[in-house]
Amino acid sequence: MLHLILFLAFGAVCVAGAVNLLVQRHPINSALSLVVVMGALAGEYLLLGAEFVGAVQVIVYAGAIMVLFVFVIMLLNAGVEERTKGSRVALLFGIPGMVIGSVLIAWVLLTRSGSGEVAIGALPGPPKEIAQLLFHQFLLPFEVTSVLVLIAIMGAVVLAAKPGPAQPEKKEE
Amino acid sequence: MVPLSYYLALSGILFACGVTGFLIKRNIITIFMSIELMLNGVNLSFVAFAAHWHALSGQVFVFFVMVVAAAETAVGLAIIIAVYRTRETLNVDQINLLKL
Amino acid sequence: MTIQTFIIVSVIKTVIALFVLLTAVAYSVWLERKVVGHIQNRWGPTRVGPFGLLQPLADGVKFLFKEDLTPPHVYKPLYIAAPMIAVTFALFSIALIPIGNSIRIFGLNIPLEITDVNIGLLIILGVTSLGVYGVALSGWSSNSKYSLLGGLRASAQMVSYEIALGLSLVGVLITTGSFSLRDIVNAQGGHFWGFIPRWNVFHGQIVGFFVYLMSAYAETNRIPFDLPEAETELVAGYHTEYSAMKFAMFFMAEYANMITVACLATLLFFGGWHGPLFGPPLLQSLLPVFWFVAKVFVFMFIYIWVRGTLPRFRYDQLMAFGWKFLLPLAIANLVVTALVVALQ
Repeated sequence: MLHLILFLAFGAVCVAGAVNLLVQRHPINSALSLVVVMGALAGEYLLLGAEFVGAVQVIVYAGAIMVLFVFVIMLLNAGVEERTKGSRVALLFGIPGMVIGSVLIAWVLLTRSGSGEVAIGALPGPPKEIAQLLFHQFLLPFEVTSVLVLIAIMGAVVLAAKPGPAQPEKKEE
Repeated sequence: MVPLSYYLALSGILFACGVTGFLIKRNIITIFMSIELMLNGVNLSFVAFAAHWHALSGQVFVFFVMVVAAAETAVGLAIIIAVYRTRETLNVDQINLLKL
Repeated sequence: MTIQTFIIVSVIKTVIALFVLLTAVAYSVWLERKVVGHIQNRWGPTRVGPFGLLQPLADGVKFLFKEDLTPPHVYKPLYIAAPMIAVTFALFSIALIPIGNSIRIFGLNIPLEITDVNIGLLIILGVTSLGVYGVALSGWSSNSKYSLLGGLRASAQMVSYEIALGLSLVGVLITTGSFSLRDIVNAQGGHFWGFIPRWNVFHGQIVGFFVYLMSAYAETNRIPFDLPEAETELVAGYHTEYSAMKFAMFFMAEYANMITVACLATLLFFGGWHGPLFGPPLLQSLLPVFWFVAKVFVFMFIYIWVRGTLPRFRYDQLMAFGWKFLLPLAIANLVVTALVVALQ
């Protein structure tokens, strides 16, 4: 009973944050709603017993990736979205379409999913056991993702760097 | 005891909200945030199934999704900054010419 | 114990912890003004009460009655929310910090902390990461160039030094084998060679302690790393446009962060509440709390001492120090600790 109440509480905060992300017109409000969604998801992970994943969700996703989003919104001085013809058409077709789509998905999942039940704290994920898996069975993906992050860092630095002073000199020749 | 389908339905709703945001929003950064919302919905699905099948690999896979999301965010935001420098706008409807 | 007793005890512990923390924040301001005053060869506050001890009270009354103006050009929702976010996350970590062994009151065995989670250290790191939002959002919502630059610089600095902070703690985690703060302190009991206590700082983590201290000074935006909020630099940086109560909230958040950092340093590197025990059993159960508070006080004193003594870093020197010196040093500490533990 307590599990159901806590699940519905966190789930309501998740859905409210997701809908708020869609409704808000200024990107900074959308970013902060997404942070709220991630916090509520961390609560859901704790309900399922995944304590390490929940903590990492808060540290990495809500505490680093979303800070990056907030930085970019602050740097580029993003303003309120304008309503153009394209956005009105998208709203007209998009919202009913997705409401129908999400109701369909939820109905299929709720009625035809079998009878699995999950207890509170069903699969405790202590850091020790996750580390065992990560460094024995999943060692190759782990190393590959570290190379991926290195490539991403190099790409981001190159893409976001200001164009150098060499080009105007070439044009003058 | 919460049925597994409730977790999956919540994950599906989050994913659907992400797709909706991707389709109806016109600001490039908000579109990118909807992608992150989709990834979060999928993460919830992974953890719920890991708890259901008592397989810790589901939780490990969430790490990989998070790392890939972080890398994609870094590169994507750098691209957004580069696009903003040339086009001076963040509205996708106005970024529709190959050459200015 | 039953769930009702547990809830009542937790609520009482939370109220007491919050009250003690807020009083400690107020009196750390007094301590700073006195110590910095004496370093600069002058008295600190002396007029309000003996030794100026009622000065925090006078400051509180002043902040309450000051005019709370909201400039017209700010982005109001975030302008009002940002200090509250900063204070909330700063006060949050006290929930996980154990200050002593269990005490027996009315036949109940009450551990002296609000909750002991097995990933306590990770949660404190997560809350530190979330504290960046208060700074970044306040700088942006103030809609002024000094605030924006100050906010960006401060949050970039905090994000950079979080990494070195986390890595410096991993050395302690490897030697202890658990994320729970109570386990980490319990592993530091006892002595070796008869009289040197088994604190982590003597037991191999001296480099980790050094990296932790530097990163913590940078995380809390204190001298020598306080460029983003120095008055001579960016007109007080991200809290330029704030007045009265909101400014007081930023102030409280900064000192609460300092206290959290000092508590973590004693728990992780200096043996927490372990110290010489003597006397009757009631005294023996209260002495650990006294040792913990004394060690936290020593750390606060060192914080303030450094503030009164050192000049501040320039921003590019600050970032280079974090990325090019502290991060490789923390990784090297991690590698050496892992090697030593694996070869045992």
